[in-house]
Amino acid sequence: MSFVKLTASTLAIAAVSATAAVARDQVQIAGSSTVLPYASIVAEAFGENFDFPTPVVESGGSGAGRKKLCEGVGENTIDIANSSSRIKQSDIDLCASNGVTEIMEVRIGYDGIVFASDINGPTYAFTPADWHNALAAKVMKDGKLIDNPYKMWNEIRADLPAQEILAFVPGTKHGTREVFDEKVIVDGCKETGAYDAHKATVDGDKKKAGKACMQLRTDGRSIDIDGDYTETLARVDANKNGIGVFGLSFYQNNTDKLTVATMGGVMPSVESIATGEYPVSRPLFFYVKNAHLDVIPGMQEYIEFFVSDDMAGPDGPLAAYGLVSDPELAKTQEMVANRTPMGALK
Amino acid sequence: MTDFTSSPTGANGRRRGGSLLELDARTKRRNASEARFRLMGVIAVSIGVIALIGLLSSILMNGASSFRQTYITLNVFLDPAKLDKAGDGDLEKIAKVTTFGYAPLIQKAMEAAIKENGAAVDGLNAKKAAELISKEAPADLRRFVLANPDKIGETVEFSLLAAGRIDGYFKGRVTMESAQLDRNISPEQLMLADKLKQAGVLQIKFNWAFFTAPDASDTRPEAAGLGVAILGSIYMMLIVLCLSLPLGVAASIYLEEFAPQNRWTDLIEVNISNLAAVPSIVFGILGLAIFINIAGLPQSAPVVGGLVLTLMTLPTIIIATRAALKAVPPSIRDAALGIGASKMQSVFHHVLPLAMPGILTGTIIGLAQALGETAPLLLIGMVAFVREYPASPPEGFFDPASALPVQVYNWTTRGDPAFVERASGAIIVLLVFLVIMNIAAIMLRRRFERRW
Repeated sequence: MSFVKLTASTLAIAAVSATAAVARDQVQIAGSSTVLPYASIVAEAFGENFDFPTPVVESGGSGAGRKKLCEGVGENTIDIANSSSRIKQSDIDLCASNGVTEIMEVRIGYDGIVFASDINGPTYAFTPADWHNALAAKVMKDGKLIDNPYKMWNEIRADLPAQEILAFVPGTKHGTREVFDEKVIVDGCKETGAYDAHKATVDGDKKKAGKACMQLRTDGRSIDIDGDYTETLARVDANKNGIGVFGLSFYQNNTDKLTVATMGGVMPSVESIATGEYPVSRPLFFYVKNAHLDVIPGMQEYIEFFVSDDMAGPDGPLAAYGLVSDPELAKTQEMVANRTPMGALK
Repeated sequence: MTDFTSSPTGANGRRRGGSLLELDARTKRRNASEARFRLMGVIAVSIGVIALIGLLSSILMNGASSFRQTYITLNVFLDPAKLDKAGDGDLEKIAKVTTFGYAPLIQKAMEAAIKENGAAVDGLNAKKAAELISKEAPADLRRFVLANPDKIGETVEFSLLAAGRIDGYFKGRVTMESAQLDRNISPEQLMLADKLKQAGVLQIKFNWAFFTAPDASDTRPEAAGLGVAILGSIYMMLIVLCLSLPLGVAASIYLEEFAPQNRWTDLIEVNISNLAAVPSIVFGILGLAIFINIAGLPQSAPVVGGLVLTLMTLPTIIIATRAALKAVPPSIRDAALGIGASKMQSVFHHVLPLAMPGILTGTIIGLAQALGETAPLLLIGMVAFVREYPASPPEGFFDPASALPVQVYNWTTRGDPAFVERASGAIIVLLVFLVIMNIAAIMLRRRFERRW
């Protein structure tokens, strides 16, 4: 009876899993979905050109990746965490408590955040103040802090197009949202004077004032997108008035559907972000568990390949895909070669 | 209901003595309500069918094109000056030449092909012309050279993938107008593609690689395939089948035929029904905690995925098996026991074979459910970019792999629009697998079903 055979194979599998001390021979990476495309481009090229197997790259978010990195040392934990924001002290503490003491911080380059709308719609020229006025829950008008009254962009500034305000911003679980809040909403808050007004109401507490600035309106004109940029694109496609927040590389892949807005008069591009003219950008990182460097074959080679001029340099495939290459790449290469672990957070 | 309980004479008794052929008011009302009910039924079914047709046609329209792929045939001169500088054919030195070193060879071959066919387009330099070819091509060339180092110095004909945007042009996704706005492709490049197609250098073929090739990064959607995902799914289904069928069947036989009816078995029964309704992501959390963190099994491996899906499928199989066992008439058991069979003999020789069609149907439906599951795999690291094929079983169960539904999810999050087509294509493949499994379930039931 086949039943007997099935049982036998079950036992076989159980026996194999009992002896599951199989050495892992490929690098395991997890983390930010913003870094994922770059990591997979490097992993693919690495697998093609080296004798090591292609690393496995998981997405799942920057925070989740760092947490996984800090789960401990051993082959059933990951080796590298991709992250679109800097590691936090709480992560370092968690790592330390699990025996992960030496972590190397590798900055791979910069990523721009762009504001884009439907290709057939009007073009916009924004300032951070415009975005604060459009999306914040409370804005300054006539010297007073009031609930956001604006419905059209041209009510905020007469030279903006007469379009309804509708923005698709990344949800709070995204690393992109942090940068958006910090570099656009809070900066705009300071420009319009709302920051000082908030500060006055909370007795000069800077932290609380910043939080109050980041409070977005909830009347349906600012919509949080918890999915990926593809979802934002679909929403902009369905609502021609909508303006979406995208990563530069995503926009560069969809220039036939989207028109990009300038911020503070600067057009976002790899060049303008590299020079620092375009204000909304952030560094991208990956964090390496140094204890695994001599255990997992190919790990050191992968890291060195990632930051090599061939890949991460200004003419490499990562830059072609939209990564703004780091002017201090040589320093990073040296650090990777020396395996210098990161110091305390400043 | 009241229509049936009251007598046909009715409250006023007007019916008595009238013709049966003449419908009175109440019969008409009853008939009308039946007609209304039928109409509602038809409407409900048609809404379902329309939704299904809408879904399927959108998937088919988006995805059917992923089964065709544009290739460019080039005669590439494998330049020894570039590939084997030392000239001694030492494989190690040849392997030092990275894919970056192969790209110029393709550019030269492209130039030659354009000249040969008189396909030159104004305002298009050699570098731009070479962009018609996928970034996967240098890797193909390098693999070929490393496998056949003796071919260095010869001119070899290669059928190379065309870039995603070119492929999209022949599938109607990219147009001259959109190319004008697109920074990744120019109308001149599309004109060149048209000319190459007329010359026969560029062909559209059936896309076998879609089923065999591994995933590819965001810069080369044209090379992305389902190979690793299909293998991973098959491995997981094997594990699920081998574990959940014997476990589930044994548990249900014991519970149904041997276990005493008491509070404990009642409790177990309630728990099994409960487990069947637990959201699948919960099983993923459990899998992460037990199989990876405590048992130390590797991340992203089909073995963990299979174990998690086994836990998820077990309740389904147990419930189906118990129903099948219950459906075997007691007279069969009584007859077996009556002629002196032991309880165990009566179950294994008579009841189980009769219940088999029901058990198999339940198992296949459980497997089909597990095949389409993504949520639990998210937590055990299978939602990942995996390019390396897992080895053959049993070692392969421990290698990283992806799965079909995971691949669909992965591709829908990519920036390049060409991945939309790939994702829809993957959905079609997944649907075909599901249809095959469900048809198998129906056929098994038909074939072995017995009536009393």
